[in-house]
Amino acid sequence: MDIPYTVEERPDTGLFNAKLGVWLFLASEVMLFGGLFSAYVFLRYGAPVGAFHEWGQELNIPLATLNTLILISSSVTMVMSWASLKLNDFKKYKLYMGLTLLCALGFLIIKYIEYTAKFDHHIYPSTNTFYAIYFTLTGLHGLHIIGGMIVLYYFWIPGSKMWESKPEQFTNRIEIAGLYWHFVDLVWIFLFPVLYLL
Amino acid sequence: MGAPTHHEVSFYRKYIWSTDHKIIGLQYGITALIFLLVGFLLMMIMRWQLAYPESAVPLVGSIFGEDGMLLPEIYNSLGAMHGTIMIFLGIVPLAVGAFGNYIVPLQIGAPDMAFPKINAASYWCYFVGGVVMMSSFFTAEGAARSGWTSYPPLADFEVGQTMWLIGMIFLITSSLLGSINFITTIIQLRAPGLTWMRLPFFVWAQFVTSFLLVLAFPPLEAAAVLQLMDRVAGTSFFLPSGLVVSGEVLGVSGGGSPLLWQHLFWFLAHPEVYVLILPAMGIIAEVIANNTRKPLWGYNSLVFAVVFLGFMSFIVWAHHMFITGMGTTMSAFFQTTTMIISIPSIIILSAFFISLWGASIRFNTPMLFALAFLPMFGIGGLTGLPLGFAAADIYLHDTYYVIGHFHYVVAPGTIFGLFAGIYYWYPKITGRKMSELLGKLHFWPSLIFMNGVFMPMFIQGLAGVSRRLWDGGLEYAHASGVLHWNEFMSISAWLLGLAQLPFIFNIFYSLKRGEKVDKNPWGATTLEWTAPSPPLPHVNFEKIPEVHRVAYEYSVPGRKRDFTPQTEPKKG
Repeated sequence: MDIPYTVEERPDTGLFNAKLGVWLFLASEVMLFGGLFSAYVFLRYGAPVGAFHEWGQELNIPLATLNTLILISSSVTMVMSWASLKLNDFKKYKLYMGLTLLCALGFLIIKYIEYTAKFDHHIYPSTNTFYAIYFTLTGLHGLHIIGGMIVLYYFWIPGSKMWESKPEQFTNRIEIAGLYWHFVDLVWIFLFPVLYLL
Repeated sequence: MGAPTHHEVSFYRKYIWSTDHKIIGLQYGITALIFLLVGFLLMMIMRWQLAYPESAVPLVGSIFGEDGMLLPEIYNSLGAMHGTIMIFLGIVPLAVGAFGNYIVPLQIGAPDMAFPKINAASYWCYFVGGVVMMSSFFTAEGAARSGWTSYPPLADFEVGQTMWLIGMIFLITSSLLGSINFITTIIQLRAPGLTWMRLPFFVWAQFVTSFLLVLAFPPLEAAAVLQLMDRVAGTSFFLPSGLVVSGEVLGVSGGGSPLLWQHLFWFLAHPEVYVLILPAMGIIAEVIANNTRKPLWGYNSLVFAVVFLGFMSFIVWAHHMFITGMGTTMSAFFQTTTMIISIPSIIILSAFFISLWGASIRFNTPMLFALAFLPMFGIGGLTGLPLGFAAADIYLHDTYYVIGHFHYVVAPGTIFGLFAGIYYWYPKITGRKMSELLGKLHFWPSLIFMNGVFMPMFIQGLAGVSRRLWDGGLEYAHASGVLHWNEFMSISAWLLGLAQLPFIFNIFYSLKRGEKVDKNPWGATTLEWTAPSPPLPHVNFEKIPEVHRVAYEYSVPGRKRDFTPQTEPKKG
């Protein structure tokens, strides 16, 4: 006996299992980043007036803006890859998924450039509480990007064989991977103004 | 045999790397019971130090040094690890991991959990977390020693603390994976006809518990990450400027706040209290309904109370922090929410008491534990009320009164609930009942000695004896009148340990010699009793059951039997 509703939706809830599971996971992620954002508020409130703004002046706003654009684009290509599967166009799926991964890689490279620039100026997490929370938040977000990339890469090349055998389930998988990816994108949308602009 | 055919699977696939919720539940249960025993042993060593502060610890003293005396730092380690092990490695895994895994899919008529592989991953995360925690005892400076609460900056100066944090991150991950699985399973895999208000109360309790875990644990994970950063990356999230240690100003950037940790920690740790108690309440509900042979009184109000309790538990956390100087507005808010949250707890307890009214009660072992749970949890809950008022809390905070209060909730409360569950569902798991005689030999001494351990703590606490004192308060004049209780409590604790021997023996003895029973030995109504004992691997039921009734149709007038299973179709 198989576990019901792994692929098809349960009529009274309108969800298949994994979709509900991912939403719950995202709820826990909201609480995780919520805890860290509260820490940010707490520390900023406790710091001397204007100190957080002043410490943040070292950050590279143009690079971060570019990164924001790259990450938003990756969300768009992510949706396109899922839509391509819905339209039965596997080649387009491969293209868009590849582009998503490329964007993610670009984001990480820019982040790497930013990090090394900070280290060259002897700015570390131990410098002050602003950089402590900056490196923690962006580092954790970066880990989320890397985790997402591993999953997306799996669906791009090795796991894409599933399209032949179980196309519907494969499409579902891309959908919920996309939900996660949009969430990671959304976290950055909050991080960018909070850390760089405020 | 109507059962579906199965491939022969190897021992490892079947018992170690299993994805079957029943095996995973048993893995959780066995591991957690061992951890409970370990946590209890640590406490028995500490109780020696409290009763006889100036003498060497017998039997195990040689571990602590040549003269066998328990040094203050080792005492602190034992205390911190007792709390951590009991809560995060013992009770939560037993209440949620073991009972939730084994019973919930059966009670909702599901073939397995929604995500069997994630379920296995959850157990193994827990296992790794436990190994990391235990191995921290063997580092140069020993295990974490800043209490289970790990308040910085006190917590920031030893290696064991780093391992504590890493262990916690594994345990949190395990809980997240598990609870996401439970919620999805309960929402998606209920058998046909099993509507929300037909769910057994145990499932509701697990459902709310899982939500608490999903939403409350991540902030602690955030806090653990921050404290880990403080330790490995040199940040100062929790270290204020100008912190002086051993007469020297600490070389950190400063600017952090120890209060930030307390907020993040208690944001988890208060809901955690309900994570500890709700599954036990769920078990009590099942056992009481079954052994009173009456429908549970006020099922609807129980359900609404437990859901309301879940919501409220997120906005009471700062009542643990009244003495941090938070100001009257804040403490007025948290006092109010704390008083409000006591209402659903009282509704639940009252409903259980009223369920006993006019019943012809069967006094078997699970029921004895369930009956003992009610007054014991009552004492635990009511002694919490003075702690919820800032004015009284300022006096009682960090005294043995607090220790007595939460141990009454968790030890004779939750743990009695879990014992009731083990005796109650053992026949489902093994096909045999546990020995009643051994069960009673376990119950009566446990009840007496539990009170012997914890009741004097109220006396000591009201006299102002602080918790976490290595010498049990010898140095304080105000404590001298109540210190003689220490020996009494310690002897009770050791006898309580002895009282667990019949239980441990019973588990193994009944496996081979217990009375053989059919699928439904207790005459129960809920779905798990329609599955074979033990339920079929991976599929549980011969066919997915169909539900026609509410959960507790006991002693309905005019029926032939005094119980009507949920699967029995309605006539006409």
